[in-house]
Amino acid sequence: MNAVADFHTYKLIGAGLAAMGMIGAGVGLGVLFGSYLQAAIRNPAGAASQQTMLFLGMALTETMGLFAFVVSLIILFGS
Amino acid sequence: MSNQPAIQPMEQFMVHKIVDLPVVHIGGMAIDMSITNSVASMIAGAVILVLFFALTARREIVPNRGQALAESLYNIIDRVLVGPIIGHEGKPYVPYIFSLFLIILVLNLMSVVLAIFNVGGMELTFAVTAQLAITATLAVLTFFSIFILGFVKHGPKFVTLFAPSGMPKVMLVFMVPIEMLSYFVRPVTLAMRLFGNMLGGHVVMSLFGSFVVALGILALSGGVATLAFIPSALSFSMIVALTGLELVVAILQAFVFAALATVYLNEVVNFGHGH
Repeated sequence: MNAVADFHTYKLIGAGLAAMGMIGAGVGLGVLFGSYLQAAIRNPAGAASQQTMLFLGMALTETMGLFAFVVSLIILFGS
Repeated sequence: MSNQPAIQPMEQFMVHKIVDLPVVHIGGMAIDMSITNSVASMIAGAVILVLFFALTARREIVPNRGQALAESLYNIIDRVLVGPIIGHEGKPYVPYIFSLFLIILVLNLMSVVLAIFNVGGMELTFAVTAQLAITATLAVLTFFSIFILGFVKHGPKFVTLFAPSGMPKVMLVFMVPIEMLSYFVRPVTLAMRLFGNMLGGHVVMSLFGSFVVALGILALSGGVATLAFIPSALSFSMIVALTGLELVVAILQAFVFAALATVYLNEVVNFGHGH
């Protein structure tokens, strides 16, 4: 194997590994919306007032996954 | 396997010049003032916004459709975000949050809605908010104007923001750097969130788009390969579904950007009462 092909292969593997950080964001979003739905079904009257907080939490959770995504793109296209 | 990938989903984010303008020299710095596709999209977004408000900003008691739309957009910021989060003192900052929300909303929606006209190599739209330079500009501008506002409103004692109250003096040695780090990473996360969401969505749509074409061409070669029409059609329906999802994301990300700006502003405006 020549070095260039090696570099290219490892780059792809690395990008895939970096994208695995998004697993955490997926679990987090599931927990977030699951808890919200549970609370909303138990107390439907209070659900609407917490929607802003739900989206804020979603944004903050999602960012962590997006960091992994951006790192993966940097590995793929930036090097 | 060749080193050149056949599918190039990142190609759509390339900035290129449309109108060549001469380079301007300001204080030894050469600034290229050419109009790129990014600049053209932003101008189009600004024109849409100005036209929208020129046509809908009326003061009738019974609003027509346009005025009702404009007022409900304003209500999202005024009564859903700034009202509950900051309270009455937040009123003077509604216009800034509102313009931030609108420009991101319009640029996001343009990049998704008008993308259906990008047929046959034509490039009518460009995902401006999928450029880190643009989102970072918005985030840094928002973050530092809020940070400076803190010093203007509260003077030097605003630095106690980094020292949580009711904490043993020894712990401050550890807590202050951690608090500062978590505070100054905010513009980075703000910029990354919008950039990552828009970029991710457009890359996925472009990937499925190239599946449709690649599998369709394969199917045209006849024989057993005709079956490739099935995954091709599936990819196409995936694009339709993803476009719907991207519309939601486009609106949600504009809302989230405005919401986080409001939350950061809240710490400054209500400094010392909440925590």
